[in-house]
Amino acid sequence: MSAQQERTHSIDMSSVLRGKEASEHTNEVCIKVENLNLFYGEKQALHGINMEMLKKRVTAYIGPSGCGKSTLLRCINRMNDLVDSARIDGKILLDGENIYDKEVRVAALRRRVGMVFQKPNPFPKSIFENVAYGLRIQGVNDKRILEETVENALRGAALWDEMKDRLNDNALGMSGGQQQRLVIARAIAIEPEVLLLDEPASALDPISTLKIEELINELKEKYTIVIVTHNMQQAARVSDYTAFMYMGELIEIGATSELFTNPVKKQTEDYITGRYG
Amino acid sequence: MDNSKLGHHISEQFNKELEDIRNKVLTMGGLVEQQIENAVEAYTTGNMELAEQVIKGDNQVDAMELAIDLECTQIMALRQPTAFDLRLLITVLRVIHEIERVGDKAERIAEMAIKLAGSDSRFPHHELEHMAELVMGMLHDALDAFARMSIEDVPAITALDDNVDREYDNILRQLITRMMEDPRNITRTLDVLWTVRALERIGDHACYICEHLVYMIKGEDVRHLSQAELEDRVGVAK
Repeated sequence: MSAQQERTHSIDMSSVLRGKEASEHTNEVCIKVENLNLFYGEKQALHGINMEMLKKRVTAYIGPSGCGKSTLLRCINRMNDLVDSARIDGKILLDGENIYDKEVRVAALRRRVGMVFQKPNPFPKSIFENVAYGLRIQGVNDKRILEETVENALRGAALWDEMKDRLNDNALGMSGGQQQRLVIARAIAIEPEVLLLDEPASALDPISTLKIEELINELKEKYTIVIVTHNMQQAARVSDYTAFMYMGELIEIGATSELFTNPVKKQTEDYITGRYG
Repeated sequence: MDNSKLGHHISEQFNKELEDIRNKVLTMGGLVEQQIENAVEAYTTGNMELAEQVIKGDNQVDAMELAIDLECTQIMALRQPTAFDLRLLITVLRVIHEIERVGDKAERIAEMAIKLAGSDSRFPHHELEHMAELVMGMLHDALDAFARMSIEDVPAITALDDNVDREYDNILRQLITRMMEDPRNITRTLDVLWTVRALERIGDHACYICEHLVYMIKGEDVRHLSQAELEDRVGVAK
């Protein structure tokens, strides 16, 4: 038997068939949610959520409007702290450390956990200053460092080639898709560990959407990504793992290729196939 | 008949499209069952007219395959089905391919009926008819399981394939003996062999339909497994 034949025989078919899950990365847990409950006043919005999100993988949250997926995403960088009536119990561990511990400084946490929203929200400043903003508020003013960081971030967000000659233009003059990629560049300029994307492409046209999806695929080389999307095909295309939520509960989480071809729970099946339960 | 798996979509149109595809597969299956029955009858009785009719009928089978294939492609492109819906369409594509192949076997048997007309070389009639009955039963049960969307009977259907193989070996031995007895029989006996072989393959296609059905219902790929492994995976007692 030739060496090539031997190699062919030694291929583990399950990893070939699973494609994306074939593990070249380690299965290191980045974020672990433990028994998380969230109340808005009297109303409970999240019910005992337990899940793990792996390092340098994309996890997508899907579910109908009001199911709690955005609420859960916002818990990961404590955005719900800004809501007065919100009360949280349970833990979210980031690299083993509970982000709801009293000692944790929210500003420091948000430097590690960047967030991008549905509507692009660039500052009314130049493209350069938008991306450099995070460094500037950290007190970095060295021109060389700023230029290098801005270039790297714009390259990372697949914007450099389009924008390198327009760095001093006002960011508000960019198209919606470009603005969204700019906001992603701004988020990655401070080199977070985690990127939270809350419907990042729902206000964009199909081509800009594909560019964002392509970008997500590149960004997962460096970052752990959690994305909330209403577009199930998008979740299927970009994510490694998908979590289905319904009425504040996590119904099912699994490898995306499994969840979309053979979900375990009937509720998941009904939702992704467009059936009423 | 359990249609609940097809229905209940928010889009009523989607329900109709899936139901329509399923019905077309069953119509195609029914047509092919009739084709085999006619082919075997033409073969055993020497009815040339019936044999011609089978050969012509195969065009209709082919046309149905193309039509269903196109419809599945369109639904996939327009609806982006997932989970059971996706597995259903993949299964339909696989099943109509099997049915089409069975249709080809019917055509082949009809051709042999014409070729062997007027000779006594259609020997051994009795065994051949018995084998035909066996494989037609398997195909019927496989299509019936598809119609009911139930895999309960799958292990029982696939288990019959061993019987078919035994019958095939038995007939083969007789044909070999016949060829050894008189080499002048060889050409004609080989034609009989093609017929028997076609019947044996119909049994295989019925088993493949069952395997595809398991994928549709359970999401598990059970192709290329032994009978014991299949029984284990399907989890239904014989």
